[in-house]
Amino acid sequence: MKKDIILAGVGGQGILSIAAIIGTAALDMGLYLKQSEVHGMAQRGGDVSSNLRIGDKEIASDLIAMGKADLVISVEPMEGLRYLPMLSPDGWLITNSKPFVNIPNYPEIESVYSEIAKVHRHVILDAEEIAKNLGSAKAANVVILGAAADHMGINFEIFEKAIRTIFGKKGEAVVELNINALRAGRDFSAKNSHL
Amino acid sequence: MQKLLLLGDEAIAQGAIDAGMSGIYAYPGTPSTEITEYVQHSKEAKQKGIRCSWSTNEKTAMEAALGMSYAGKRTMVCMKHVGLNVAADPFINSSITGANGGIIVVSADDPSMHSSQNEQDSRFFGKFAMIPILEPANQQEAYDMVGYGFNMSEKYKVPVLMRITTRMAHSRAGVARGETKKQNEMSLPSDLRQFVLLPAIARRRYKMLLNNQLPFENESEQSSFNQYIDGANKKMGIITTGIAFNYLMENYPERILPFPVLKIGQYPLPRKLVEKLCNECGEILVLEEGYPIVEEMLKGYLANGIKVKGRLDGTVPRDGELNPNLVAVALGMTDTKGADVPTLVEARPPALCAGCPHIDSYLALNEALSTLAPGRVFSDIGCYTLGALKPFEAINSCVDMGASITMAKGAADAGLVPAVAVIGDSTFTHSGITGLIDAVIDKSPITVLILDNGTTGMTGGQDSAAQGRIEAICKAVGVEEDHIHVFKPLRKNHEENTQILIKELAYQGVSVIIPRRECIVSIDKRMRAKEKAKREEQQA
Ligand code: SF4
Repeated sequence: MKKDIILAGVGGQGILSIAAIIGTAALDMGLYLKQSEVHGMAQRGGDVSSNLRIGDKEIASDLIAMGKADLVISVEPMEGLRYLPMLSPDGWLITNSKPFVNIPNYPEIESVYSEIAKVHRHVILDAEEIAKNLGSAKAANVVILGAAADHMGINFEIFEKAIRTIFGKKGEAVVELNINALRAGRDFSAKNSHL
Repeated sequence: MQKLLLLGDEAIAQGAIDAGMSGIYAYPGTPSTEITEYVQHSKEAKQKGIRCSWSTNEKTAMEAALGMSYAGKRTMVCMKHVGLNVAADPFINSSITGANGGIIVVSADDPSMHSSQNEQDSRFFGKFAMIPILEPANQQEAYDMVGYGFNMSEKYKVPVLMRITTRMAHSRAGVARGETKKQNEMSLPSDLRQFVLLPAIARRRYKMLLNNQLPFENESEQSSFNQYIDGANKKMGIITTGIAFNYLMENYPERILPFPVLKIGQYPLPRKLVEKLCNECGEILVLEEGYPIVEEMLKGYLANGIKVKGRLDGTVPRDGELNPNLVAVALGMTDTKGADVPTLVEARPPALCAGCPHIDSYLALNEALSTLAPGRVFSDIGCYTLGALKPFEAINSCVDMGASITMAKGAADAGLVPAVAVIGDSTFTHSGITGLIDAVIDKSPITVLILDNGTTGMTGGQDSAAQGRIEAICKAVGVEEDHIHVFKPLRKNHEENTQILIKELAYQGVSVIIPRRECIVSIDKRMRAKEKAKREEQQA
């Protein structure tokens, strides 16, 4: 088993919080893991990505080869498209639909959506909206992770456990919210995957 | 024991804590910052009393570490690659003084310039200083090399350089800890003049360093970090350094290498192993992250005409970091790539945070300068460098830490009056003060803006050595009190702030203006820490 995942978004959107949950789950399963992060200048509202690799054999490179990623998980729609050269022909693009507009020339959102629709396998969801309905938009990233959860070769319960580990200190209400967010993402994905 | 999931930076820090380090000295700089931060946040380090607060710059860090080594304890100095330029004087000389307690200098290179002005290769500095260099290929090696490096440093009484690159620094993987060692007792050098570099002593010390070159090479031949991995196909031999090995392996999913490979993690190069590879193989491919240093050395000492491929002949691109695809192409494999990026995708460059105090400072400065010809603002290294981009386009230089004040002075000397310097609080204490003294001595007509956001913002909000002292420092170096102003960069103060700037721009001497408002990211961080403390208190 080997999964190569690109996490994408805009600096400050917290893509590393998704990485932390996947990482905790992978460790729990005794998998190998390598995860590259972006620090420094690029974090200031620029495009950011993280290469996350998990597998049952030792992993060589910290970076994923182009065209070899199994998943691009993006918390922002245009940013998801930026990493298409990384995505393997049968890989999944799982992306938030809510744009993060901090540049004056952000493209027409409908044309962004139609580019996403062209991707062979994709899921697009309004994670903020789903999270808000569960109680807090803060859980949006976990909703997106939930939408990707079934494509990672990790049992869903292990993700739930990882959320308990990570959010446990913040109290039961926060744990509940995030577990619900994870489930809501998965449920959405089950019903709305485009193949 | 459960493996720890650590960044390369963190693995180095944990390695140092476990190897009995007594103090770490550093100035923040991407991608090295997390080494020191890890020690600062480590409970274990606290219990062990490891000294770990930030230094004013890399030079002071290097010198303080040398002092700790003099007193017999193990110490580490960390910086980004360009920081080693700042520390170059004590660094190069430390190879002559030698060490007493073990000393490891970690320099984190940034090929592809993710967050830097250049992609210089610190291995050249190590070679220049003629000291052993360690370059880990993975996080476990990064951890293991620290203890190994301290031992070597104490065995030969010489500093050891550890060179990492961005992907090593900022990638996480499982790391198994080794044994922990107690800190050294304090002990002075057996020769109390070892560190006195008067010519007569320096000449003797330099000879010792020269005499150690062969033993260093022998250490490299024996080192487990340098591995000769045989392969059946001798048409080509491959030399990898540091993480380049991983990119090579990535292209062989079964992990069976067809060609003989020499994996390098320790320098000076193990000459015998290199010769063995060259004698057995028809040609050599060199895969190294950074400058073609090994490649150049091979071309230099192999007059026998063996073909060496690498960055110099275009087999590998001359600049930028490596990745699995570039290595695949160098191996003659077919490249892979997914779909193209749709043309509608726009670049998203980094920008100042919404609400950043620098925004209001630049708006005021731009307005104050609006009646003058453009091209007179010299800036520096920090978040505010982003003022070069739209919509501000407010600055005309960013060279090295502190260069804003000195370049403004030089330009004013040449007749560009008024000339403006824009520097951050932390960069000012790092390297701006000496330049300000130069300007005061000459009464140069420059206006210096010291943007005081109370932190080292770009690297994630480390403590700034300038905190609460900027006016006092300016006054003490001779800036006239009447020409030191503090204002609060806020939209509502725009008019007033602009007027202060206009007035001082007209002054034919040194003025210092200090726009002071806290970085909003650090306010946020402070608030969250406070909430967390409150929560913990309630739980207790
Ligand atoms: S981190 Fe602080 S100083 Fe840097 S851009 Fe953001 S608000 Fe400004």
